[in-house]
Amino acid sequence: MSVTSLGAYEFEPRDALARYNGKQLLYINWERHRMFSRPFVIAVAPDMPFRTVVEDHISSYSYHPDYEHIDWSKVIWQNSEEVFTPDFDKSLADNGIGHKDLIRFTTPGLDGLNGTGY
Amino acid sequence: MTSNAFIAFQKNEETRCIVEAIVDDNPGAIVVEQPAMVKVDVPERLVIKRATVEEKMGRDFDLQELQIHLITISGHLDETDEEFTLSWQS
Amino acid sequence: MDMKVAKKLGLKERYALMTRDLAWDTTYQPMDKVFPQVSYEGIKIHDWNKWEDPFRLTMDAYWKYQAEKERKLYAILDAFNQNNGHLTVTDGRYINVLKLFLGSTSPLELMAARGFTNMGRQMVGAGPRVACLMQAVDEYRHFQTQIHSISNYNKFYNGLDEFAHQQSRMWYLSDGKSFFDDAITAGPFEFMVAIGFAFEYVLTNILFVPFISGAAYNGDMAAMTVGFSAQSDEARHMTLGLECIKFILEQDPDNLPIVQRWIDKWTWRGTRKLGSVGMMMDYMLPKRIMSFKEAWEMYFEQNGAALFNDLARYGITVPKCFAQTVAEKEHVTHQSWIGFYMKPDSTNFHTWVPEPEELDWLSEKYPNTFDKYYRPTFEHWAKTQKAGKRFNNKTAPMNCQVCLNTMKYNEPDDPMKTCFRSTKYKGEKYHFCSDPCLEIFENEPEKYVQAYISSHQVLQGNCAPEGVDTTAPDFNPAEHVAAYWRLDPNATGDFDGSQDQANFAAWRDQATKN
Repeated sequence: MSVTSLGAYEFEPRDALARYNGKQLLYINWERHRMFSRPFVIAVAPDMPFRTVVEDHISSYSYHPDYEHIDWSKVIWQNSEEVFTPDFDKSLADNGIGHKDLIRFTTPGLDGLNGTGY
Repeated sequence: MTSNAFIAFQKNEETRCIVEAIVDDNPGAIVVEQPAMVKVDVPERLVIKRATVEEKMGRDFDLQELQIHLITISGHLDETDEEFTLSWQS
Repeated sequence: MDMKVAKKLGLKERYALMTRDLAWDTTYQPMDKVFPQVSYEGIKIHDWNKWEDPFRLTMDAYWKYQAEKERKLYAILDAFNQNNGHLTVTDGRYINVLKLFLGSTSPLELMAARGFTNMGRQMVGAGPRVACLMQAVDEYRHFQTQIHSISNYNKFYNGLDEFAHQQSRMWYLSDGKSFFDDAITAGPFEFMVAIGFAFEYVLTNILFVPFISGAAYNGDMAAMTVGFSAQSDEARHMTLGLECIKFILEQDPDNLPIVQRWIDKWTWRGTRKLGSVGMMMDYMLPKRIMSFKEAWEMYFEQNGAALFNDLARYGITVPKCFAQTVAEKEHVTHQSWIGFYMKPDSTNFHTWVPEPEELDWLSEKYPNTFDKYYRPTFEHWAKTQKAGKRFNNKTAPMNCQVCLNTMKYNEPDDPMKTCFRSTKYKGEKYHFCSDPCLEIFENEPEKYVQAYISSHQVLQGNCAPEGVDTTAPDFNPAEHVAAYWRLDPNATGDFDGSQDQANFAAWRDQATKN
């Protein structure tokens, strides 16, 4: 379906990749830790190693009491619905992570405060 | 399933009389008082009669005047010079 | 000689003479050139004379009663101002409700005014034209009186003065902007269904009735009086909306599927918009009038059921999202307050952890969800705040492309799981908070690909004040956002330790002692 209109109704997407000066948008969410309310967004270079995402950005979650108990070897990674195994030394691009992708990670056994998912 | 028609007013001396009139003319009327406002529910059909309001107020009253005090309504509205009616057709 | 005195005309006759009977079909130019917007949406109207304003309001009555409302309103505002009315509110936290209201609601009144002004021009029938023009004037009135009323607080408290600038820029005001941008760029009939019906009839009670009653309950005479005064106009707006729906549906059976689709879309968009109002009721009123859950039950579930039961005779069904809104009423306000509490640097109003007795009230009002999902977070935050480590989530949000809320909602069947939906359109990926938002996008993607998402704009380098070089290699967007938003640092942060808190306490003290 499309917009019913009097004339032409075509607009450039406001968040097209070209508007980010060589970077791409990336969303990150720690599953069942909804104390952080919502995923966060960053603009990063496609050639940034996946490891840098974890070290520089996922540390934003360190406020949560569960954080220090994370066993990184057991973390389940998803790109939206799709489970994948990231290569930490490869770039986002080489890990198949494109513009506006959502990386979700689950830490089995850690289900938020009092197991509430928060 | 019965649907309620309702009307809610700001609380003041005029609406005190209007609500009394509604209770007189609508068996089944339920009055609920809340801070600064009063709400009246009647199953299916609520009618405000000018003559009854005037009797309670002790002065002439134009039904359109109740707009000054009105907060909200529920139901299809029919307004004449003599009656202000809210109703649902289930 | 006997004088023959003509009988005074009844309300119905007066109304017809002063509206319909003053109109004519044009002959110098064809009607469809004079009214160019009324057929492109696919809505078929055969007889405009069938539309009638149940309030049968003509200009003489309109001005008489509106003038009376204004006299009363400004007398109360004067008294409030003269009497330091701001010191009668329950406690200083309450004033933050007004900061959020001013940024999130008042500018939307202005957008509504613009929309109804257009309706007053585009509607062919004289009856709806007159009613739309009255509503346009009402909405200008609401915009201005709300600002006048709240300006009394601006003299004393922080965070109120830049609402006009912030409305189109800040991350938590985008939902309202997006709502009205969507409505005002729709055709006249969709606008009428969206605002006149879905918002004004189905949903407006949630915004005004318990909230304004709450203002009264918390000693805020200024907001209460302007709120009730606006509500008295709302009854006419509701009636206009309902009358329009009936009129459109009675004109042609082909109109039904179009109208149903609009009802489904706009009931959902309105529901998403009202989450923050629910949050105000549950978290920001020191003396609470009722819970959002109770308000939703009274004004949406019961009243809405009565309405849709009645409209069933036209073939209208309850909005698709009805069941989802009922399930979500147990969650949205808590999710919203969590989202605001954790961003103390990025709001023009203060936030705080609810007091223990307030947590108990929430447990009582939300027996199915509060203790199970939300209490532990607030208790944890109370503890960490006491230990000097108040939570401050410095990250930027992810938003839904359609409703522009942050992605804070849960999967319908799992309150511990964030709800994610996404799709691709013309090679570009888009994210949504829920199934209804996804469906709205898929129906009209071109409308939403241009959405202004605040956090994205920051990352594009578009959110720095003039004079800042956004192309410099060391340009850090996050550094300049607060200045771009004209966010007063004194307005941000926890209520505890704020200037507002200190001032309110000091002034109230002065008001009761020598």
